[in-house]
Order: sequence, then C-alpha cells, then structure tokens
Amino acid sequence: MSAPAVAKTRAARREAKLAATAARLENHPLPQGGGWLGRARVAALARLKGMGLPERRDEYWRFTNPARLADDAVTPAALFDASDEVDEFDGIDRLKLVFVDGVFDAQASDDLALEGIEIARLAEAGGRDIHWAQDLYGALEAEGQSPVERPLAARNSAYARDGVLIRVSAKPSKPVSLIYRRSSPEGAAVLHHVIRLEPGAELTLLENGPAAARYSIDIEACIADGAALHHVRAQGRDHERSGITHVFARLGEGSVFKSFTLSANGAVLRNEAVVWLNGKGGSAHIAGAAMGDGAFHHDDTVFVTHAAPDCESRQVFKKVLRNGAVGVFQGKILVDQIAQLTDGYQISQSLLLDETSQFLAKPELEIYADDVKCSHGSTSGEIDADQLFYLRARGLPLDDAQGLLVLAFLAEALEEIDSNELADDMRHRLEGWVNRHRR
Amino acid sequence: MLEIKNLHVKLEEEDKAILKGVDLTVEAGKVHAIMGPNGSGKSTLAYVLSGRDGYEVTEGTISLEGEELLDMEPEERAAAGLFLAFQYPVEIPGVGNMTFLRTAVNAQRKARGEPEMSSGDFLKLIRAKAKDLKIEPDMLKRPVNVGFSGGEKKRNEILQMAMLEPRMCVLDETDSGLDVDAMKLVADGVNALRDANRGFLVITHYQRLLDHIKPDVVHIMSDGRIIKSGGPELALEVEQNGYADILAEVQA
Ligand SMILES: Nc1ncnc2c1ncn2[C@@H]1O[C@H](COP(=O)(O)OP(=O)(O)OP(=O)(O)O)[C@@H](O)[C@H]1O
Ligand SMILES: [Mg+2]
Repeated sequence: MSAPAVAKTRAARREAKLAATAARLENHPLPQGGGWLGRARVAALARLKGMGLPERRDEYWRFTNPARLADDAVTPAALFDASDEVDEFDGIDRLKLVFVDGVFDAQASDDLALEGIEIARLAEAGGRDIHWAQDLYGALEAEGQSPVERPLAARNSAYARDGVLIRVSAKPSKPVSLIYRRSSPEGAAVLHHVIRLEPGAELTLLENGPAAARYSIDIEACIADGAALHHVRAQGRDHERSGITHVFARLGEGSVFKSFTLSANGAVLRNEAVVWLNGKGGSAHIAGAAMGDGAFHHDDTVFVTHAAPDCESRQVFKKVLRNGAVGVFQGKILVDQIAQLTDGYQISQSLLLDETSQFLAKPELEIYADDVKCSHGSTSGEIDADQLFYLRARGLPLDDAQGLLVLAFLAEALEEIDSNELADDMRHRLEGWVNRHRR
Repeated sequence: MLEIKNLHVKLEEEDKAILKGVDLTVEAGKVHAIMGPNGSGKSTLAYVLSGRDGYEVTEGTISLEGEELLDMEPEERAAAGLFLAFQYPVEIPGVGNMTFLRTAVNAQRKARGEPEMSSGDFLKLIRAKAKDLKIEPDMLKRPVNVGFSGGEKKRNEILQMAMLEPRMCVLDETDSGLDVDAMKLVADGVNALRDANRGFLVITHYQRLLDHIKPDVVHIMSDGRIIKSGGPELALEVEQNGYADILAEVQA
C-alpha cells in the first residue's frame, strides 16, 4: 500500500469514528447546571467530539479493549461483600465524604469543615463563584489531551455529575477520604474532583471502593510551589466491575505528589496518571499494586513530563496475576530540553503465578535534555524456585512460602507510601488478598 | 537417626547419574563429616535429603528416626527435624530476616502440634543467639541474606539452625568463605547444639573446621559414592596428601 493511501484510510477511519461518536452523544444530554460548570462541560464535550470515543485499534488502547469502559451499555457487576476486611480506612482518623452510586451522601458524610481547607460539592457548584476551582475544572484534562488523546477523560469532564472541589491553604490535621459505595449491581458513576493546593499546603487524599458497576473518576490536582499532595486509594474487590480513572497533576516548584493505588479483582480497570513537573525541584511518585485472579484486566497508563530542571519522578508498578489475569503497563517519561538534572525512574513488574496469565508492558523514555539520569525496567517472572525451596526447607508450607514471596514482590510499591499508618493499611489488604487467593 | 541406604540419584531433566549408591548412617549424638573432590555429589546428597526439586531418586531409601523422608515435602522434613545449612544461602528481597525466622519457627511448631512462640519470647531468644554469633541486630531487620557478606550469610544459616533446634543438622560447606574468627563462632554455634539426641552431617573441604568440630566419623565421597570411612585421622590424611592416594587405594 502506498503512503498516501494509508493516510487516506486513516483520515477516513477517523472521520467515521467522529461521526459515530457524534451520533452516540446525541442520546446523552449534558447534566443540568449552568454557570462556569456548564460552560466547562460544553467545552469538554466539544473536545470529546473532536477526538471520538476510543476504539480497540487506537494505539493507546492496543493492550486494553476500551469497549466495556466506553460503551453506552454498562455491564452489571454483582455487589461484593467486603465486610471480612476493614476497608474504608476506618482505622484512620480522617474526614469522611461518602458517595453512594456516584452521588454525594451528606447524611453518611462528615461536615465539610476542616481547618485549612475549603470543600464544595461539584453538583452544587455550577451557579456559585468558586474562583479557585472554576479555572481548573477541565483545564488540566484539556492540557492532558496532548500529546496523547484521552477521550474518556474529556467525557468525564463533560458528564460528571458529582465530586468535590477542594482548596487547601494550610496543613489540615487529618486526611480527606472519599468513600465510594454502591447499592446497585447496575449503573455507572461519573465523578470529578478538583484539588488546589496553595503554596506550602499539604493534603492527604484517600479514596476507597468502587463507585459503581462501572466508574469513571477523574482528579485534577494543581499543586503549587512547596505544596504536597499524598494520594492513597484502594479500588475495591468487586469482581465484575469496570472502571477508568485519570489523575492529572501539575506540580510547582519544590512540590511533591505521591500517589499509590491498590487494585484487587475487577474485569476491566484502567488507571491513567498524567503528571507535569513544571517547577524546579519537584518530585512525583506514582505507584501501584494490582492483584488479579481469573477474569481480570488491569491497565496502568502513566505519562510524566519533566518540564523544569532538577525534578525527580518515580513510577513503581507491581502486578500479581493468576488464572488468566492480564496486566498492562504503559508508562512514559518525557524530559523537555529545559529539564536538566532530571532524575527519572520507572519500574513495572509482574509476577505470573501460572502460565495462563500475561503481562503487557510498554515502557517509554523520550529525552531532550542532555544532563539527565533516567532508567526504566520491566520484568515479568514467576516465583523464584530457589527462594521457594529455601523457605520450605525452613519449614514454611508451600502456600505460606508462596504468599510470603508474593508480598515481598509487592513490597517495593508499598515503600512509595510515606505514611506508615497508610502503608500498613495497604499491606494488610494485600495480605488479605494473598491469603484468600491461594492455589 | 539418619539412615541412607543404597541411594541412587539422577538429574530429573537429563540422564545423568550423580549419586551411585550411597550408604550412610548417622547415629544420634554423633558428628559425621563428608569430604570429597569438587563435583563428587556432596551438595546433591544434601539437597536430596532436604527435598529439593530437580533430582530423581532411582533407588534406595532415606529415613529419619524411622520415618521415610523421600515421601515428605521439604517443609515436612523440616518439621520432622531435618535442617540444611546451604552452601549458597538464598537472598530473599522484601522478606525481613526476623519475620522469616519467626514464621519458620512457628510453622514448624504448628506442624508438630506445638503452641506458637510468643513474639516476646522469640525476640529474647533471637537476640541472645544473634549475639553469640556476633550478628548485628541490624542484620535481623534486613531482608533475608540481601547484601550480607559471604561470611554473614553462613553465620545467618547457623543462627537459623540455633533457632530451629533441628534433630538432624546437615551443613554444606558452612566453613567456606569464613575468616578464622567467624569459623570459630560457627563451630561454637554447632558445638553448643551437640547433644546425645542430635546428629550432624558436616560437608567440608578443610580439616580446619574439624579441628573445632571434632567429628566421630569421616567419609570420603567420590563420584557419587562413599569410598572410604574412618576416624578423624582420615581428614588429616586428606589435608596432607589430597585425594589421590585414597582414590588409588580404592581402585587398586
Ligand atoms: N541441577 C544440576 N544440573 C546439572 N548438573 C548438576 C546439577 N546438580 C548437580 N549437578 C552435577 O552433579 C555433580 C555433583 O555436584 P555437587 O554440587 O553435588 O558436587 P559437590 O560435591 O557438592 O561439589 P563442590 O565440592 O564443588 O561443592 C557435578 O558434576 C554437578 O555439575
Ligand atoms: Mg557442594
């Protein structure tokens, strides 16, 4: 095939995709609510129409079929009884904001009052003048559409019905936790949170649970100079659920962003993180531990841009897969020409507990500065036979020995969590999973 | 205590015989040493005793206090009282040394129907034993054998042995890589465990260890067989003359 012919096919395909998207969106009016939010929604919808909904043949979706995340019809997911495990950060003193089926539940939540922090509900924000949020909503998402298109993020900005707008101007005494509960085996939740940290402010943001049979949860975080955002989330254990999340984080000078995600079970899950290190000396750590047994497809897609000198970034992703589970990692470090002395690190590893599971990884470095230190590695392996034998020779039963090695494998990701209390909470959940999923 | 009869072992993956009829009995309270040229099958014997994969026993039996070892999983052998100090201790990143040992002690106790050791008792015990072996407290917190020097790994093996108090201890070249002082510490660790109910099988290349751990019997292994057994003087002979004379004598 000649080059012009290919180009033509591609253009034709895109045209067809846009037409199909436009036709589908006809049936989906934007949520009510005017003001700045309404305008942001309209703009997001225009972005979405300009990109089209994702398809399997899109390069960015090569390893994960977007159908279940993008289709109009939502695949139901049976409700999961997770009561055998404390799993809403109950042991941790925190401000609790509860969403049920994707809608804020004031009754179940704490008062939205905490010193050093302002919190507003998205569903009530449109008509109000919330200057610190309204120029952010959809803005980081829009910026994140280049160089890679993320249509499902634009769809989230257009259709999100609820969420929180958080402005932190000091160091609040406790974390803010977003607790997602679901009461129905069917339906979708679309949540969008905006977080602004003023210079020097600090916040620990927790998220827990799957918000619905299918969820789309986006966070836009603007982290000003010298501020720090710690983000720890666990996405539930419901097997048939599907979900896509995006975290867009823009970091100022000397600021810190640390994000850790624990994913267990789930049919089709994709977590995207888009991070810009825009000020000198910033630090971003994105980490995740994912465990799947059976019909499990988990995708971590990360894009870190070093746009200022002297910044550090780490991506640490670990996946434990068994019984046909599939893990995906697409991770990129982009270093702009100005970003000298960048220290970039990326590791993605999977532990395949049998031969039916698979790990697909696409690690990428794109470097335009000359004085940088960047490394990346991706491995896929089984449990080490020598280690297993050593443990058994000391008396550990096979299952215990295996469990210990699985946890050891995941441990490196947990190290990315600063708070011991939160790391212990996550470790406890990992142990629970490993103990429940023996051979 | 340990009875090995006519043991023939080949590699599982290839048609290569490694042990070609080993007969060996270690009585309770005794220390037996095995010496022999590189590649003669000493480590293979140790691995087969502890149940490592990759070997196939084509003939023979092994029993520990009357129980057939070959029918047991490695962890069952450990619980039955068998311990192997590895020639090459394995590094396990992500698993703390202390956690590992506590898990091991309690797993064996559980398998034997004994109550778990409390963490207080465990801590007290391991601190004392580590001190005897001059193992820094910091090494207990580090991941198993990761970043340990060769000598530290060997001492860590002896620490495990001291904590697990096995009935039958197999030491595979625990002396190699040890400096003179460390060798003394390790020997002291072994000697402290010597009693009338415990057997030892000490694999070594050097007489020096046997100066500290006085063996009752010395065996020479060559090409998968024990070709000669004798008293401690046999080790001295090897030290002085190497294996050539013994090999020639046996072939003659
Ligand atoms: N897994 C294996 N694969 C291939 N060959 C093996 C394997 N295990 C043992 N062998 C071979 O079996 C023979 C005996 O090895 P073994 O390690 O038991 O010797 P050894 O007496 O302990 O030697 P050394 O004194 O060097 O430690 C050697 O020739 C070795 O190469
Ligand atoms: Mg050997």
